[in-house]
Amino acid sequence: MESVTKRYADGTVAVDRLSLEIPDRAITVLVGPSGCGKTTTLRMINRMVEPSEGTILLDGEDLQQQPVTTLRRSMGYVIQNAGLFQHRTILDNIATVPRMTGWGKQKSRERAAELMERVGLDSSLGKRYPYQLSGGQQQRVGVARALAADPPVLLMDEPFSAVDPVVRKGLQDELLRIQDELGKTIVFVTHDIDEAIKLGTMVAVMRTGGHLAQFAPPAELLSDPADAFVEDFLGADRGIRGLSFFPSTGLELATGPVVRVDATAEQLTAPGAPYLLVTDADDRPLGWAEPRELRAGEITADALLPYGRPFVAGTDSLRAALDCAVLSPTGWAVAVDAEGRVTGVASQATIGEAIRAAHGTGSTAGTRAGERTGDAAADGPADVTKVAP
Amino acid sequence: MNVLNFVNAFFSDSAHWHGYDGIPQRLLEHVQYTLMALGLAAAVGLPVGLLTGHTGRGGNAVAFVATAARALPSFGLLVLIAVVVGIGLLPVMVPLVVLAIPPILVTTYEAVRSVDPSPVDAARGMGMHESSILFRVELPVALPLVLSGLRSAAIQVVSTATIAAYVSLGGIGRYIIDGLYQRNYEKVVGGASLVAVLALVTLAVFWAAGRLAVSPGVRRR
Repeated sequence: MESVTKRYADGTVAVDRLSLEIPDRAITVLVGPSGCGKTTTLRMINRMVEPSEGTILLDGEDLQQQPVTTLRRSMGYVIQNAGLFQHRTILDNIATVPRMTGWGKQKSRERAAELMERVGLDSSLGKRYPYQLSGGQQQRVGVARALAADPPVLLMDEPFSAVDPVVRKGLQDELLRIQDELGKTIVFVTHDIDEAIKLGTMVAVMRTGGHLAQFAPPAELLSDPADAFVEDFLGADRGIRGLSFFPSTGLELATGPVVRVDATAEQLTAPGAPYLLVTDADDRPLGWAEPRELRAGEITADALLPYGRPFVAGTDSLRAALDCAVLSPTGWAVAVDAEGRVTGVASQATIGEAIRAAHGTGSTAGTRAGERTGDAAADGPADVTKVAP
Repeated sequence: MNVLNFVNAFFSDSAHWHGYDGIPQRLLEHVQYTLMALGLAAAVGLPVGLLTGHTGRGGNAVAFVATAARALPSFGLLVLIAVVVGIGLLPVMVPLVVLAIPPILVTTYEAVRSVDPSPVDAARGMGMHESSILFRVELPVALPLVLSGLRSAAIQVVSTATIAAYVSLGGIGRYIIDGLYQRNYEKVVGGASLVAVLALVTLAVFWAAGRLAVSPGVRRR
């Protein structure tokens, strides 16, 4: 998909002289308040709505030059509430487009079964009808149905808006995983800015009247909003959220305050730190304690302060590290490696330095650390001032 | 003067089971009139109802035609047309068809209109043709309601087809009208109970059709 320029008007202007270049094999999110024309924009791509002015080009070809059914069959379409055919089984729902384009019944069903697996649905659900599935499962079927004929383009119109937040997070993670495997060109409409930032490779923020307010990668959006509208739309804690895009690789970890459970009295007093992190013989964290409360050879896990949620050094973002520090009773975040062994600890001050350093170099790497594998707890509001030691 | 005695007397009289005025022959005639009227009404009501329901246009016209047709008295129409064109099948068919069209037309229109719009949007977005959307997405979901419209039309036609006897045709109405003239109440009650049985059979047929034709996903069991 290449350059998209479109203009639309019929009495009221839904989309006004919008130009967008939607990148190939990436997720482009259209986000904005209701009535900003984001759905209209999406529906112009598969010509459910015809643009009144301007042209939309796909791989350099004008969409208007193609027969509308051919065009739509080359684009998967996922809508809110899934829009499943309730008189058909799940398998037959998914097989709809392959059947329309002349695949055999057997081949279509095999393909449908394959897709059920890909979107994380148990194959035993294939013979069921939509009403027997939960909202989240129905939405997975909707995604599978859109992918069935292997279209290069996927259009998604607020697909996850009608499910509860926990299910929505699962669906978002699943979409990112599928996208990693398949590399489709996805255009995704949402009114949820957090969803946009989580999913988007590029995010187009639209404002009422069908104007494009900003078109940028999410990290840039958070660090450098184009105007007051975008800033307001991003919400109050965009600074904290922006940290998701800084990896914790450069974070300086202290190993001094880390002691094993079988440490000698000398080892316990040597670091001179206000708190010590006690680990077991395999370097897995047990908990925090003040040095004077510890006696060599008599350390029991029960007497220790909880260490909270550790972050994976290098993989998780600075946001995850900061969140760990904020939630930690000592104000120190515990860093572990992929196997859960402690690699060091970091104070809030150290993390603060790393944040300043990251902002200084402006290294807003495109890939976001940690977010993809999911850290539900880290998504809560992080009120630094209250919890700081 | 017991109704059950009349029923018993009517059905146990072996003379009522043979010949051109026998129960099998009259039932067959009655079913023929009913099917013919229902077929004609469906041929008009179903396509118009499906089309207006799918496009969402012409709803007011549908409501107007239905109300007007319901206001026409079947018996009056029968006599009027018999006077104009003479005795025959036509004066019977016109009032029966006029009677059957409104429930078929209005229910079909409403059934298609009330189909959840999101599967229709999804179907259109995946490149389905409009005719496929109507027949493969909307109709299967609207089918229970469409069938209920056909069913109420069928019941009304079954009971009203007795008027065929007024213009010298057959059917179960023969017993009722002849019975009244002959003051043979056994015959009247027997004819009336046959109509009632036929109406119940009609219900059973539509119930079975619903079980067979409506997807378990729509029936939800």
